[in-house]
Amino acid sequence: MSIQKIQEEIVDEFSMFDDWMQRYEYMIDLGKSLPLIDEKYKIDENIIKGCQSKVWVHAEMNDDKIEFTADSDAIITKGIIAILIRVFSGQHPQDIIDADTHFIDEIGLKEHLSPTRANGLVSMIKQLKMYAVAYQTQLN
Amino acid sequence: MLDVQKIRKDFPILNREVNGKPLVYFDNAATSQTPQVVIDAIVDYYSNYNANIHRGVHTLSQEATDAYEIARKKIQKHFNARHAHEIILTSGTTHSINIVATGFTTLLSEGDEIIVSALEHHSNIVPWQMLCERTGAVLKVIPMNEEGALQMDVYYQLLSEKTKLVFTNHISNALGTINPIEDIIKKAHDVGAAVLIDGAQSCPHIKPDVQSLDVDFYVASAHKLCGPTGVGLLYGKEEWLNKLPPYQGGGEMIDQVTFEKTTYAGLPHKFEAGTPNICGGIAFGVALDYMNSIGFEAIAAYENELLVYGTKKLLEIEGLKIYGTSKNKTSVISFNLEDIHPYDVGSIVDKLGVAVRTGHHCAQPIMDFYKIPGTIRASFSFYNTKEEIDVLVASIKKAKMMLS
Repeated sequence: MSIQKIQEEIVDEFSMFDDWMQRYEYMIDLGKSLPLIDEKYKIDENIIKGCQSKVWVHAEMNDDKIEFTADSDAIITKGIIAILIRVFSGQHPQDIIDADTHFIDEIGLKEHLSPTRANGLVSMIKQLKMYAVAYQTQLN
Repeated sequence: MLDVQKIRKDFPILNREVNGKPLVYFDNAATSQTPQVVIDAIVDYYSNYNANIHRGVHTLSQEATDAYEIARKKIQKHFNARHAHEIILTSGTTHSINIVATGFTTLLSEGDEIIVSALEHHSNIVPWQMLCERTGAVLKVIPMNEEGALQMDVYYQLLSEKTKLVFTNHISNALGTINPIEDIIKKAHDVGAAVLIDGAQSCPHIKPDVQSLDVDFYVASAHKLCGPTGVGLLYGKEEWLNKLPPYQGGGEMIDQVTFEKTTYAGLPHKFEAGTPNICGGIAFGVALDYMNSIGFEAIAAYENELLVYGTKKLLEIEGLKIYGTSKNKTSVISFNLEDIHPYDVGSIVDKLGVAVRTGHHCAQPIMDFYKIPGTIRASFSFYNTKEEIDVLVASIKKAKMMLS
């Protein structure tokens, strides 16, 4: 599925919720489905800076597509990174670089995040795109 | 007895809603809310006599200068300093600490020792580390115990004739522990060391008497005392302030200026370069009047009631652990829910209108001691109520349900 399609799917899912609590509960559930990072990659170099809780991300390239795994010590943060990974994992690096992440505003993720978390969100997207840039350079 | 319902009417912000719920403000250790009289003083200043001080002969400047100097006298009286010129008005506690830490650069030599407590805010660690880097002095730390209290026996052993300075907060911002500063000051003086007490967290609860404490330096911020942000004080004994060099050069702090040599103004102006926070200083004085009209004994007694009630209610939540359990503590409760990150809890209780602080509270060494990423901190003020504590407890239970 394309990045665009996945984003639309997520927007659809979130449109079913009336209030912030249901959104949070859903994000907490999504956090539980996060493809977990291998313990050996849970090192300081893989921590995303700018997040108030710890977030580790690892990326691998298989058949020209990037697979992301991650973890966090906070559950809601885990939910957020799970949503991002669902959008970006299994995609071609160039598609990740080109992707705009309009769905974040559409699902009200930003307005329901405190400023520190919202900054963390920006850092997470930036980090995932950085991996894509690095792998794209290898392909060129 | 303190009439909390009457007091709450003095604080317009307490009427507002957050996320559709009535605000429950429990982040008082970060900053206190502002009563109407202080807001009025700020409006009055800018509406009627805004002018630069200590310079002009015109009426507005005279009025502003008088009001500013009256505020300094109020602060002097409140903290019981011997002289008004021992009160330096600064931008806040951090600024005050840096004036002293920078000033001591010329007074320390390699091998001298300075002692700091393990319960410090980063603002009372970093300036001393920088001072050590500049001078070759050595930083020693008074360790804490599991309850969050200082190990005083270790402190006594650390003291020697090499000790030149001792720094500690009166009350820990992260845990609420009240440190035995009388004893700390006396023992430091026995070896000839100077003492700086950071009163940022204590002055909202305890009225200090710098003369009977015999403390050399005392620092605090107005915004924790119902005053505005951006203003605070450095109290220093006259003989110490005379020994320290100026911190910043600029207007106001000079006596004579020629390109060959400048002589500095006397106290307090030597440390007050540039145009100060005039309105803030005046409002600080009004805030002290307000708090004194309620009375610090009544405030402390009521806040202790809130602390006892809050501790009891929170501990009824299964899996909740309180950090900082010293018998001697103020109305701060730092806690975590078992296996749940404090940020997760903070995010959810915010949605329920409750303002608490989450994180390391600028005191990472304390968090490292307990091996936790941070805590949730609820800090109560005299305008809070037991009913608000019930809302906090209910919101923590809700967060626990969602996050477990």
